[in-house]
Amino acid sequence: MPVWLTDVEYHTLSAVCDRLIPETDDSGACRAGVPDYVDGLLGAFQYDPPRVFAGGPFSGRHGGEPGFGAFLALGPLQELAWRMRIEGSAGLPEREFNGPVVGWQERYRRGLEALGADFASVDADEQDRRLEREPEFVALIYEHCCEGMYGAPEYGGNRGGVGWRAAGFPGDVQPRGWSDEEVMGP
Amino acid sequence: MTADAVVVGSGPGGASAAEVLTRAGWTVTIVERGSNYLVDPSDPTQRGRDFSNDEIKSVHRHFLGPDPLVEPRTFRSSETDGERLFSGEVNSVPATVGGGGVHADGKVPRFRQDDFALRSAYGPVEGTEVADWPIDYAELEPWYARAERLVGVAGDGSANPLAAWRSGPYPMPPGPAMYGATRSCQASARLGLHPYPAPTAANSVEYDGRPACNNCGFCAFFGCPIHAKGDPLALLQRALSSGRAELLSDTFACRIVTDGRRATGVEVVAADGSRRTIGAGAVVLAAGAVETPRLLMLSGLEHPLLGRFLMTHFQTIAFGTFAEDLHAERGRAVTHVHDDAVLVDADARRAAARAGLPWIRGGMVEHGGTSLVVSEAKRYPRGPHHTKLMASSPMRRRLWALTMQGEDLPQYTNRVDLDPAVRDARGLPVARITYRPHRHELVASEHHRKTLVRVLKEMGATFTGVATSPAAPGDLGWEGPRSAAPDSHHVMGTTRMGTDPKRSVVDAYGRLHAVEGVVVADSSVFVTSAGYGPTLTLMALAARAAAALSGSDPLQLRAVE
Ligand SMILES: Cc1cc2nc3c(=O)[nH]c(=O)nc-3n(C[C@H](O)[C@H](O)[C@H](O)COP(=O)(O)OP(=O)(O)OC[C@H]3O[C@@H](n4cnc5c(N)ncnc54)[C@H](O)[C@@H]3O)c2cc1C
Ligand code: SF4
Repeated sequence: MPVWLTDVEYHTLSAVCDRLIPETDDSGACRAGVPDYVDGLLGAFQYDPPRVFAGGPFSGRHGGEPGFGAFLALGPLQELAWRMRIEGSAGLPEREFNGPVVGWQERYRRGLEALGADFASVDADEQDRRLEREPEFVALIYEHCCEGMYGAPEYGGNRGGVGWRAAGFPGDVQPRGWSDEEVMGP
Repeated sequence: MTADAVVVGSGPGGASAAEVLTRAGWTVTIVERGSNYLVDPSDPTQRGRDFSNDEIKSVHRHFLGPDPLVEPRTFRSSETDGERLFSGEVNSVPATVGGGGVHADGKVPRFRQDDFALRSAYGPVEGTEVADWPIDYAELEPWYARAERLVGVAGDGSANPLAAWRSGPYPMPPGPAMYGATRSCQASARLGLHPYPAPTAANSVEYDGRPACNNCGFCAFFGCPIHAKGDPLALLQRALSSGRAELLSDTFACRIVTDGRRATGVEVVAADGSRRTIGAGAVVLAAGAVETPRLLMLSGLEHPLLGRFLMTHFQTIAFGTFAEDLHAERGRAVTHVHDDAVLVDADARRAAARAGLPWIRGGMVEHGGTSLVVSEAKRYPRGPHHTKLMASSPMRRRLWALTMQGEDLPQYTNRVDLDPAVRDARGLPVARITYRPHRHELVASEHHRKTLVRVLKEMGATFTGVATSPAAPGDLGWEGPRSAAPDSHHVMGTTRMGTDPKRSVVDAYGRLHAVEGVVVADSSVFVTSAGYGPTLTLMALAARAAAALSGSDPLQLRAVE
């Protein structure tokens, strides 16, 4: 169940992600759970603390207590910035000191609508044509796609580390780190 | 609420000043606009636990600030661009307790003797205000040594034949060489260059109660999860455990208050938006070379040269792609450097003469790679090739880069002032940066990049390219108008230091000429930029300025137990 997107939006977004980073044997945006990453970002303030900054210092994947899952409380300026970025300025004077800001929630809602509720069921060429008509929105989704593919799994994407494995990336390594031999050798 | 001094900013400069002032018996209030993830002010032995190997948070979500939505800066390359080219992130150094020291990867070289006397050594350059500093290397050397001991620097004092003299060895030996660096150092040496282990503020052994670096590879842009970095932590711990310092985070200094003749305090905006004034006989400004002049302007403490002579480093990034994996994710990102490009040798003089310049200087060259996998992904195009590119990774696993931090000459027209319209979330005018490189930087970059590319080829690169920051249209690094703004996080020179109040904003001890009791303790005071990261030099200057302010005996202060 998506936390912020509607089921239809989630379905459309999944089809878009599959066009941007298509599924392969061992990788791909949907396999990595990118739509869940995006949904979690758009719904970040439905959690307390908001799911914006994962905790530290260790994930538990390489020793130590797992701490990434405990998201950090936001400072007042951080909360203001992230509410502006996600929710937009919403006509609130304290968010409009440089004029109105359109938030990501609105950009996704409008953008996904513009791609069409039938996006998932049209053929690949038609999908590409529709994506080309929305370059700014696609650029935003692609940024989030990359984050959801290769960021820490605690943010909802990169399920089971699938993105890291496919990219030959070890992910976070603390507190183990690397030995001097591993650093110096080929 | 009063203190002997208010220190604005808790980065390397502010922390250095606070350490000295508290040691001299002063009470100090440190005011920091960012949040505190570094040290518990009520129990300074307790270190933060929120830094992590998390690229999303640290690189893509502005965890350490400043967030450009609520604290933007604006940029234009010259007045002919109109009021601004864009608003957003420009030369941002973190806004957090510890400042940029927290997420720098800490190459902390000293300057060389000639860096303090460019005008005498090489002469003027038309269109710039190259001048000598009012102090020399010998004056600063003991302060360099003290700063190296306090934060903990790992290095080999005899490895760099081009380095200035030292009164003693580095406190720690260098850490392990990255595999790629060993390869690029061997290639450089074969071409007659002099690579050496970068003096680095990261522990190679346990030091001052903090562990040795374990080479996690999430160094530049990240706080250190195990506190192995020589960031301002040790300095802030010393200041706070004296019992004479308090640290106010999420608190913005919005105005220096004076009685017309001297400083009487600082007005601050707290996290809840409330304002109050902290009374103090002295105000130490260490807000960084963009925010320090902004605060002086917000306070009406004008000077015809305030904000002028803004310098960054002109970055020339030569990169090579290799057939094999160089695994740059293991290690501190940059373990080796070479200084040959800072020399004004016969070759450099010939290249300068051909371009009609009297001389050119490059800067320190960093041998390094990247571990930023999300950033890499964003660089590749979308579509079916994306996952293949990520798997073969020409821009991460198989990449090695030589980055020159080129000397940037001081120009009157390069400056920080207040943007006429753009505001921060508190409603205050933001800093506007007007910056365009001088021909000197472009010619020096053109000249030295040839050597960098030769090194990469000698090392076995199958493909090489060169990008610069700032970039011009048509360059490899050009990605639209934002590329005209320098990416460099080395920012200097906006409250120039000197003896003549007409030609400088502060004196040789960082004291503002205009009013008494205001001292600048960051890289704003730099007269020229040298081709080296500014951090160790600004820490040495900040401690020296704080010693002068408190009337302490420098000899006693320099002895660090
Ligand atoms: C990724 C990265 C890598 C780097 N690598 C190197 C390197 O290898 N070598 C090197 O020498 N340098 C490096 N630097 C640069 C280095 O971080 C800076 O030179 C250094 O932090 C400057 O110290 P400072 O104390 O002058 O200012 P800052 O570190 O910028 O600290 C100023 C502090 O003041 C606060 N502040 C500003 N205005 C106000 C206000 N009005 N009220 C309250 N607080 C305020 C800010 O939030 C900030 O915390 C790097 C920087 C980055 C970002
Ligand atoms: S590389 Fe070393 S100093 Fe840098 S963050 Fe990792 S452990 Fe800390």
